[in-house]
Amino acid sequence: MSVTLAETLAPVAATSPALEAVFEAELAQSREPEWLVNLRREAWVRANHGGKISENGIAVDKKDERWRFSGHKGWSLEDATRSKNKFAGKLPDIFADGHPLACAGQLTYADDILTAQTPISADLARQGVIFLPLAEAIAKHPELVREHLFKHDRALGGVKFLALHQAYTRAGAFLYVPDNVEVPATFFVAHWAASPGAALFPHTVIIAGANATVNFLDYFGSTDETSEAWVAGAATVITGPGARVFRKSVQNLNGRSLAYHCDTAICGRDADVRNISVHLGGERARYESYSKLNGPGANLELCALTIASGRQEFDQRTFQDHAAPRAKSNLLYKNALLDESRTIFAGMIRVEPGAEETDAYQQNRNLLLNPAAEADSLPGLEIQNQNVRCTHGATTSRLDPEELFYLRSRGLPKNTAYQLLVFGFFEEVIQRVEDEALAELLRKLAREKFGK
Amino acid sequence: MDQATQLEIDREKGNFRYETDYAFDAGVGLRPETIDYIAEVKGEAPWVREFRHKALKVFESKPMPTHWATKDLEAIDFSKIRYYLSQGQKPSRTWDDVPADIKKTFERLGIPEQERKFLAGVEAQFDSEAAYSRMKEGLSKLGVIFVGPTEGLKEHEEIFRPWFGKVIPTGDNKFSALNSAVFSGGSFIYVPKGVKVKQPLQAYFRINAENFGQFERTLIIADEGAEVTYMEGCTAPKFETATLHSAVVELIALKGAKIQYITVQNWSNNVFNLVTKRGLAHEESEIRWIDCNIGSRLTMKYPGVILKGRRARGEVLSIALANDGQHQDTGAKMIHAADETTSNIVAKSISVGKGRSTYRGLVQIPKHLKNCKNNTECDALLINANSRTDTYPAITVRGEGNSVQHEASVSKVSAEQIFYMRSRGLSEAAAMSLSVNGFINDLVREFPMEYSVELKRLIELEMEGSVG
Repeated sequence: MSVTLAETLAPVAATSPALEAVFEAELAQSREPEWLVNLRREAWVRANHGGKISENGIAVDKKDERWRFSGHKGWSLEDATRSKNKFAGKLPDIFADGHPLACAGQLTYADDILTAQTPISADLARQGVIFLPLAEAIAKHPELVREHLFKHDRALGGVKFLALHQAYTRAGAFLYVPDNVEVPATFFVAHWAASPGAALFPHTVIIAGANATVNFLDYFGSTDETSEAWVAGAATVITGPGARVFRKSVQNLNGRSLAYHCDTAICGRDADVRNISVHLGGERARYESYSKLNGPGANLELCALTIASGRQEFDQRTFQDHAAPRAKSNLLYKNALLDESRTIFAGMIRVEPGAEETDAYQQNRNLLLNPAAEADSLPGLEIQNQNVRCTHGATTSRLDPEELFYLRSRGLPKNTAYQLLVFGFFEEVIQRVEDEALAELLRKLAREKFGK
Repeated sequence: MDQATQLEIDREKGNFRYETDYAFDAGVGLRPETIDYIAEVKGEAPWVREFRHKALKVFESKPMPTHWATKDLEAIDFSKIRYYLSQGQKPSRTWDDVPADIKKTFERLGIPEQERKFLAGVEAQFDSEAAYSRMKEGLSKLGVIFVGPTEGLKEHEEIFRPWFGKVIPTGDNKFSALNSAVFSGGSFIYVPKGVKVKQPLQAYFRINAENFGQFERTLIIADEGAEVTYMEGCTAPKFETATLHSAVVELIALKGAKIQYITVQNWSNNVFNLVTKRGLAHEESEIRWIDCNIGSRLTMKYPGVILKGRRARGEVLSIALANDGQHQDTGAKMIHAADETTSNIVAKSISVGKGRSTYRGLVQIPKHLKNCKNNTECDALLINANSRTDTYPAITVRGEGNSVQHEASVSKVSAEQIFYMRSRGLSEAAAMSLSVNGFINDLVREFPMEYSVELKRLIELEMEGSVG
């Protein structure tokens, strides 16, 4: 038995006792501590406040600069459901064909229900590492979770989505790596959308202590090509002094899904935070990435690769917030656009008054592979300190005809030359994942996308 | 009015004011009667009056654009502004006929002298109307028209009316609507086919009265193969209260024509300068905006070019200097609407003290266009610790073989450069000034000589005391 989200989110929701009871029933069933219950109630009110959620889903405010250029269709919640049944089929193994991933621990969810789990080694557990499903972490380590859960997440326009996410999320990973613990292997979490109309609210919390090393992979996929999913996910990375966190995420939902993701990174003193996100799936996908350089000398690297085809729309908003001196950030977002697809990149670098000797860079590269595709760029700077070096660049163009000509003059057929150049465009991002298994997977997914 | 009768001594050239009597005054505030008054004294045709009334309704219906622009706009009180002030509607053809008090002002600003030296024509606007307008005789023989909007719409309706309000429609934004309702003064220029006006035409805009709003309207049409350069300068004395300047400038370059429009804006620090400027470039024509903003409290100005004809070219070169209490919100718009069109934007801004400079850009290449190119560079220089700069470009690209590149950087004056110059015996302030001038030098070179000298001097003045 399942309840449709549209019912729980209709404008009358907050005032209708019957519908509010659904939300309350889920809360009661979870047996969560009071502080969390309160957070969820607040989120619920935020999601319902202001009338921006209607029976057509979340309406987009055309006047909101944070939604400039976005398609104004609204995000329909009509068929979104909360699945209550564990997925019975077999879930794909994305690393089956290639290199196996060196895994430190693994969680697999289907429709927000935990289906498989590989716990961390006894050795890691002894060192104090915690890697648990979110619901279990809440029960076992309430104080640690309380310190961070929902505290840092910051939406860049998608406040309603984030509020909705916070009201419902119980699936996902909670990772805590204590001071000075280095884990070279990857913590891997897979979220599958399996049943038609599934609403997913995946959440990730990564807390890295001083000088800790963490590698993390989130994968979002669909079990089939036809079941449309409605996803509102969020991930938070919190780093202590000198911590090194490298998180990768791959969004490969099917082409009928709607996906919203809100990633937040808080970079401590001398921390080294890297984030690579790959965006392939969804009918429409909005990705918001907020990073705060909170500690002096922090280093942040943000990288994204998007391959858009058909009539897909990828809407990406980023914010590099420099609040501490001597921090460095570097952003590279690459989009390849096929068919009648559309990408929006809106990036902001903000340097606060005290953040001297900031070195910030932001780069957006769009490769138009079809005249009907559209790329929008809104690279922004807000600088309030003079002792900085901040630059951004945005380019949009097709493949360089001279490069194509050169390859053809060397005897390569047109198609091969074309593919070489396009895959070369991706390679700059793929090589940065520094993990052969994942790089191979990304190359395979990119090829599949072109094959479609 | 005591203090106004005295000469206010200044470091800026424009900060002085002589007592002036106005024969025509539309009073304070904006009502339909204000518009009737303006139309009445100007003796305008009914269609112009109707155009104004419609515009007033549009103005009233539009909200302030504060959802993206600065909240400082809310400081403008439209009910306290005087919308029309003049001593008469007919500009004099010789400086001898200009009323003595007004003449004194322009002499002090050096306008008659510049006219003798290097200008082909001059129009000097004092509050709402031009006090002086003259063009070299040779040019009128060639058919060049250089008049104000009242005369332009009355005497040359067949030339100007078809283009009037076509590049910037009334409803383009709140301030273009305001201008359309109460416009007065400005230049209407027509350059016939193949005529190349070698020396620049110049307009000088002067705000003299307190609480006054200046709403000049300029329309320049360069017929096929024609070429013209137009320059405008602006100053106002410093008042206690805010003054509003809201112009609309439309350029039309027909096939193969070239228009160059140069602005050196040096309003005093209490002027809200909210200007809409746009050009329409037909086949193989070229429109170039050279825009320099030094003065004003808040400037919002994004000169644009609609590249309507094949191989048309648009360019915006922009320099902004924001000092304490100033916000230079400037930028450029390039709307590509034909194949093989190219555009170039180079914007440099300097923020001094608590000054804030903002770049806003718009580049659009819609689908079905081929081989269009845009290049955008914006560089910002921050001088002091509390200076601020923002960059907000918006780029949309579709179509085949189009390419767009945008680059922006923010930096401070290099400590090494300063150290080097000081080791060569320059004072820190001199080194700083040299470095800042070096930053904008490649753009300043694009200005006509007389202006680039002036500009360097102005920037040195503005920088004075801000470093060291």
